[in-house]
Amino acid sequence: MSAETVLAIEGLQKSFDVEVLKGISLTLEPSEVVCLIGASGSGKSTLLRCVNLLEPIQAGRIEFLGEEITAPGVDVDHVRRRIGIVFQAFNLFPHMSVLKNITLGLTKVLKTPQAQADQEAADLLARFGLADKRSEYPDRLSGGQQQRVAIVRALAMRPELMLLDEVTSALDPELVAEVLDVIRGLATSGMTMLIATHEMSFARDIANRVCFLHDGVILEEGPPAEIFSAPTNERTQQFLQRIIEAGRL
Amino acid sequence: MRTHGASGSRSTLIALASTVVFALVVVLVVSNSPGWPEVQRQFFNGEFFRESLRVIPKAFLLNVRIFLIAEVFILVFALFIAILRSLPGPVFFPLRALAIVYTDFFRGVPTILVIYLLGFGAPALQISGIPRDELFWGVVALVLVYSAYVSEVYRAGIESVHPSQEAAARSLGLSQAKTLRYVIVPQAVRRVVPPLLNDFIGLQKDTALVALLGPVEAFRQSQIEVASNFNYTPYLVTAILFVLLTIPLARLTDWLVIRDRRRQLALGAAR
Repeated sequence: MSAETVLAIEGLQKSFDVEVLKGISLTLEPSEVVCLIGASGSGKSTLLRCVNLLEPIQAGRIEFLGEEITAPGVDVDHVRRRIGIVFQAFNLFPHMSVLKNITLGLTKVLKTPQAQADQEAADLLARFGLADKRSEYPDRLSGGQQQRVAIVRALAMRPELMLLDEVTSALDPELVAEVLDVIRGLATSGMTMLIATHEMSFARDIANRVCFLHDGVILEEGPPAEIFSAPTNERTQQFLQRIIEAGRL
Repeated sequence: MRTHGASGSRSTLIALASTVVFALVVVLVVSNSPGWPEVQRQFFNGEFFRESLRVIPKAFLLNVRIFLIAEVFILVFALFIAILRSLPGPVFFPLRALAIVYTDFFRGVPTILVIYLLGFGAPALQISGIPRDELFWGVVALVLVYSAYVSEVYRAGIESVHPSQEAAARSLGLSQAKTLRYVIVPQAVRRVVPPLLNDFIGLQKDTALVALLGPVEAFRQSQIEVASNFNYTPYLVTAILFVLLTIPLARLTDWLVIRDRRRQLALGAAR
């Protein structure tokens, strides 16, 4: 593995009708785990969607492994297959079995032969304790299982960066742990990850760096110990205070 | 939803009883009407009924053929139109506009007019290489008209698939086309099977309109029979044949809906 910076975001601006991201700059080094925290609507999800080129941006640039992926003429499909994203609502394909969900990208994008794709998918499912679910359809799985399948689906493409968009927010509380454990496993294995999350204690455990987003701007950024114990920005303090009052930290 | 044993058989009984009573009332009212003896002679003649059964079913095979051939082309062509209309971005505006004009036009013009215009107009052009067969142009007309309807059905299906499905597929690196093919369209088609088959029931009936161009299908054949015997019973036979053809399709629709639901519920373990 080269020690090349995985992700470099510079002055990223994104607006729908209103400005959602107002100049975000952020870098991720290999194997780094960065958590984005902040209230709903602060721009966390939009930032992740921009990185995966699911949203066009208005200004700024994003570099992925040294290549500017926001430049005109970039093959977006090529970029996307090297960046995995997991969504809050899982977004599994309901008309396909778990195995098919995972092999779709392998066979249709990476052109892996079906048999080999099946084998790779089966191996991954086994690794994440889902071996017996390969033939199930998504609606037969619990939320936690669906989300783990969604993670496996993204991992199967062997991404060089994973984006996790509030992956536990749609889960029943008792199902959160199994998904967080999977993500911890990924962090341990050295996966570079950019994670939007409301799970503060999880962020504190797993992140190398935490970014506090407020109103489309990164107001504060630093190691979790600093951000969670001694935030310097007033808004960060207020945000964390509310989290603590809600008993979530 | 499944109803439980006792209440299930009870509601079946009620349904049966009310159907019988209703049918009896209708039969009584009709058979006691002043004109009934004449109508019975004209429309329900046993002898002509048997005679029609010897000729009309053969002609009806042509309706079935028209239907089957048109159906295949409609399924493909309508999907093509629907996809054109779903293409995003300003670049594809001309194609989207074309699809809109197409559906507006062919849904607006009465089928019978399209059949006349194409059936008599196209061969009259005498362009070498294009078929002059009325049957061919009749089928083309049906395909054009019904594709307009069916493409709208497809489009409703495509639009009912949540955008997050597209995002998930594109995030794996699937192109727009592959996303449509493997993720959006399969889900869309599944959802629209019942309205789709409903349109096909309409198509089955409209195959009779091709008769206007000359081909002797069931309706035309029954007209011939009626004219030669001065008795309307052949129309009844034709009507029965059309109903018999639609029933399997209606049941197929039900079965597909149930199967799809069962498949979603079934334990995948069997697979």
